[in-house]
Amino acid sequence: MSRKGEMRGGAVTTGSLLERESSLGVILMLPGALLLMVFMAYPFFLGIWLSLTDSAIGRMGQYIGLRNFSDLLSDTIFQQTTRNTLIYAMVTVPFKAVLGLGLALILNNQMRFSNPIRAVVMMPYIVPTALSTLGWFMIFDPVFSPISWLLKHFGLITRNINFLGDPGLAISSVCLVNIWRGLPFFAITILAGLQAVPGELHEAAAIDGAGLWHRFRHVTVPHIKGVVLIATLLSIIFTFADFQLIYVLTKGGPANQTHIFGTYAYQIGLSATEIGMGAAIALYMFPILTVFAVILLVYLRREE
Amino acid sequence: MVGSERFSNRLMNIYLPLAFYLVFLLFPFYWMSIVSLKPTNDLFDLQFNPFWIQRFTWENYTYLFRETAFAEWVKNTLIVSVVSTVLSLACSIFAGYALARLRFPGSNFLGVGIFLVYLVPPSLLFLPLAQVIAKLGLYNTYWALILTYPTQLIPFASWLLMGYFRTIPREIEESAMADGCSRLQILLRIVLPLSVPGLLSAGIFSFTLTWNEFLYALIFMSSGEMKTIPVGVVSDLIKADTLFWGSLMAAAVLGSVPVALIYSFFVKYYVSGLTAGAVKG
Repeated sequence: MSRKGEMRGGAVTTGSLLERESSLGVILMLPGALLLMVFMAYPFFLGIWLSLTDSAIGRMGQYIGLRNFSDLLSDTIFQQTTRNTLIYAMVTVPFKAVLGLGLALILNNQMRFSNPIRAVVMMPYIVPTALSTLGWFMIFDPVFSPISWLLKHFGLITRNINFLGDPGLAISSVCLVNIWRGLPFFAITILAGLQAVPGELHEAAAIDGAGLWHRFRHVTVPHIKGVVLIATLLSIIFTFADFQLIYVLTKGGPANQTHIFGTYAYQIGLSATEIGMGAAIALYMFPILTVFAVILLVYLRREE
Repeated sequence: MVGSERFSNRLMNIYLPLAFYLVFLLFPFYWMSIVSLKPTNDLFDLQFNPFWIQRFTWENYTYLFRETAFAEWVKNTLIVSVVSTVLSLACSIFAGYALARLRFPGSNFLGVGIFLVYLVPPSLLFLPLAQVIAKLGLYNTYWALILTYPTQLIPFASWLLMGYFRTIPREIEESAMADGCSRLQILLRIVLPLSVPGLLSAGIFSFTLTWNEFLYALIFMSSGEMKTIPVGVVSDLIKADTLFWGSLMAAAVLGSVPVALIYSFFVKYYVSGLTAGAVKG
């Protein structure tokens, strides 16, 4: 058989498969779509319904319209929770981005042991957050804190610091742990962006007499703008919706100073069994998450 | 002269800041490890330098296996992580291939849809989901986690695999089709063997995410011997007295070691998965 014949045969088979392609596509999507429908889409709409009722755990409640949502607006703990969540996300994300960029720029240099170093700096991000947070739980302990020990040793303080029990300090302490956990994510994604910058560009700029700062501004920044933006948006979304870090360190205390949407929804919805009200608290996250998700999506589509 | 000047430059610009980063990022692990290897009484002795081990002991580790349900938690975590990872990968291979290669009604919309689903955090859904799990009678069963974890994994794994499948030249598939292979045969015999790195990325990612998951496990597995490691350690090992630190830190170290090891072996695949924009930061 001639080559030409083979080619034509291929085209015909593809053509006839196009008929079945549509049905095969749907069949292949089905297993995943089914799981997502039952355990994600359905709970999402159930959550909206619950938030419009006075349901408690084990009791389907009555429809009460938007009362949960309006009650929350005048709930001082919810107001505190909203403030805390904004602080938690808006303070930690810039720190994570800037410190992560710094680490990425350092790791982008040629040095000995660069591979093991790159691997090891990722550890805070890799290991189970609930478990590494227990390490911080002890580092912040009012009795056993090594930070307090060190400061006392050098005579800088006389009494141990109560990092998690002091209402003024607790939010800073949980932010610090969040920065510690999220910084490596920024560092590694930005590092990948940096490595995509062609070396010749830097050399050419250096020959033209551009200093370090100018090369950073005009060669590096344009190349990593995209990854920094994507990492930042993802980080905002998942910091906003965090739960375990706060749950392990403070459970929202002291005096609700570290409650964020996730932990407050847990406390009201499960501990206090007011599941309708809890669902409403969680849903207050939704518009904020949607805004950042849409920005991310629009950006990604434009890049394509 | 020039050499030493360059070295001092590198010292100030690279090594010194790097040392600060390393101390900040690794100190908690160092602290957890040394506390786990000390007798608890030594923690109270203020004469001792807390940053070093005076007397070494394994007793905190043996305590975990003798006096707590830690071994059960390891078994639970392993079962749940492996099964939900395999399930998610299977679903994602099919979905990823369909999105990469097949045109079917809604395929454009589904690509975007999967990306948006990936951004839905567990803390938004856990309350209604708890009701669904209760209605299905899945509380305190492995199924509660095996069936819910894929909702966190399938979106990013399909996304990642879709990207990977698209890099495989169409001509290879077309010539196999000319030889009379069906689409499914092509997927299993040609596309998958060519996608091993992508599958590794997606698999390692899924495994570490399920191993580390906390919120769903906290709510759906409330009975002591059904807990996963993170939940068991956080909710059953912290006691009212102050003698628990050694075993608590030992448990935190032991629970972290498997993911740390897997990660170290597959750094390359992990990082390529991460930078595919497919991770929750």
